[in-house]
Amino acid sequence: MRRATLLPLWLTYAFLYTPVVVLVVMSFNRSASPYEWSGFSTAWYGTLAGDDEILRGLANTLIVAAGATALSTVLGTLLAVGLARHASGSRLLPALSVLPAVLPDIVLAIGLLAFYSLVSATLGLHSVLLAHTVFGLAFVTAVVRTRIAHVDPSLEEASRDLGANEVTTFLRITLPTLAPGIVAGALLTFTLSLDEFVIAFFTAGPKDPTLPIVIYSMIRFGVTPEINALATLLLAVSFTVVIAAQRVSRLTEAL
Amino acid sequence: MARRGKAAGGPPLRARLVLLGPGLSYLAVLLLLPLALLIGYTVFRRGRFGGIAYEDGSTGENFARITDPLYAGVLTDSLRIAAVTTLLALLLGYPTAYAISRLPGRWRTVALVLVVLPFWTNFLIRTYAWIVLLSSRGVVNSALTGIGVIDRPLKLLYTEPAVVLGLLYAYLPLMVLPLYSAIERVDPRLLEASADLGARPARTYLSVTLPHTLPGVLTGCVFVFVPSLGNFVVPELLGGGHTVMVGNLIRDQFLNARDWPFGSVLALALMAFLVLLLMAQAWAGRRLGGR
Repeated sequence: MRRATLLPLWLTYAFLYTPVVVLVVMSFNRSASPYEWSGFSTAWYGTLAGDDEILRGLANTLIVAAGATALSTVLGTLLAVGLARHASGSRLLPALSVLPAVLPDIVLAIGLLAFYSLVSATLGLHSVLLAHTVFGLAFVTAVVRTRIAHVDPSLEEASRDLGANEVTTFLRITLPTLAPGIVAGALLTFTLSLDEFVIAFFTAGPKDPTLPIVIYSMIRFGVTPEINALATLLLAVSFTVVIAAQRVSRLTEAL
Repeated sequence: MARRGKAAGGPPLRARLVLLGPGLSYLAVLLLLPLALLIGYTVFRRGRFGGIAYEDGSTGENFARITDPLYAGVLTDSLRIAAVTTLLALLLGYPTAYAISRLPGRWRTVALVLVVLPFWTNFLIRTYAWIVLLSSRGVVNSALTGIGVIDRPLKLLYTEPAVVLGLLYAYLPLMVLPLYSAIERVDPRLLEASADLGARPARTYLSVTLPHTLPGVLTGCVFVFVPSLGNFVVPELLGGGHTVMVGNLIRDQFLNARDWPFGSVLALALMAFLVLLLMAQAWAGRRLGGR
């Protein structure tokens, strides 16, 4: 293979990873400047571990992501099965179900802000959780629907013919065959919710910021290598999760 | 025992309600109603402390304001920035995707994962990394002054190119992935046939590979253009208030200026652009598919 063909790939990697490397290196900087190197230190990781605002933000983010994922998974799975089994002729309902995934996040954010203000709802973690469920529901529905397309409906018919009622059939046949899709949709929703900033920024209210909101105000109002330390930790977690997911999917493919 | 669903007849109403009801009600209340509110707001006047002054009656002023050169300028700037970002992503992403598709099989997955990995880290932190690189005392300026290329630091941060760079960094993987899957799908027998008939590699590329990958090009362009157009974080952090995009305007109307009706008009304008774009994509896709 010719070198010239590979050149753009190396260029892309240099572009993608230079900022990552700089972030990680600067997190071990001794001085308070995020730009100038003045010796190795792990002090900023200590500062980070004692930063209540960040830890609270992290806790808030996990609460929102877990809640939105649970709610999205239940609503999205039911909706996906309903669309496949009871609305197969409709083109409008499937389009509605993916709308939140294609809508610009800022439009959904201000729409929900307007809605919360109309019903005089107080803003807090609950309002972010409900907002994240809007797009989570869309992603779970989309992922589960692609799975249903490959599931043989005669299994469900057989179950009913053998005398199982609808609930039993749903729990013992439909759910287990859809499980991989449901898990994938839930993981996707959890990941997206963890990282989501724009919708949370509009719907969180002042008292309970999620981690992305805390990061945003750190970047805007006072940059220290503490944020690099946080970035490095988040990078490490993401890289580990992605690599683990890759391993797991290779294992399941091999089985 | 519950009654059996008839194989040929319609499904029981109860199952339909239980399955479709919760999700559709959720979307009706938290998606359709909010969007309807935004559409409704556009014809009212702003309240004195935010919200809407319904008692002042309806007005067409909000739509008229969008033609104000100040706001129209922001809209055209946003379209230009998103278009330049998309073009750069295509120029870098296409040869990258092509290179990956020419790798030996087991390396392709690794190469793709490496393109996507930075995408799975916090979006704000990825943007912040460019502040560290581009600021006047940042890594790039230090390196350039260090080796004596320049005497004084260049103004890199808080410029329009910095915003384009930040958007490109954020969304490049969204270009590479659809391009890769399009290039991968090109039937190798077509390439062989072209070569057997005496075409040189460049000729084969232009008459076989490129036309077959155009649908992937369209998808990638939409994937990059759409989030770039509505983004307000990158222009704020890397443009530093000098580069204002439509997302920043919408944010300001809702959170600072408290002019929700005009903010809603801007949001609808943003959506109108995107609908036009998706229609154009569908049209182009049909044209390409019909050949």
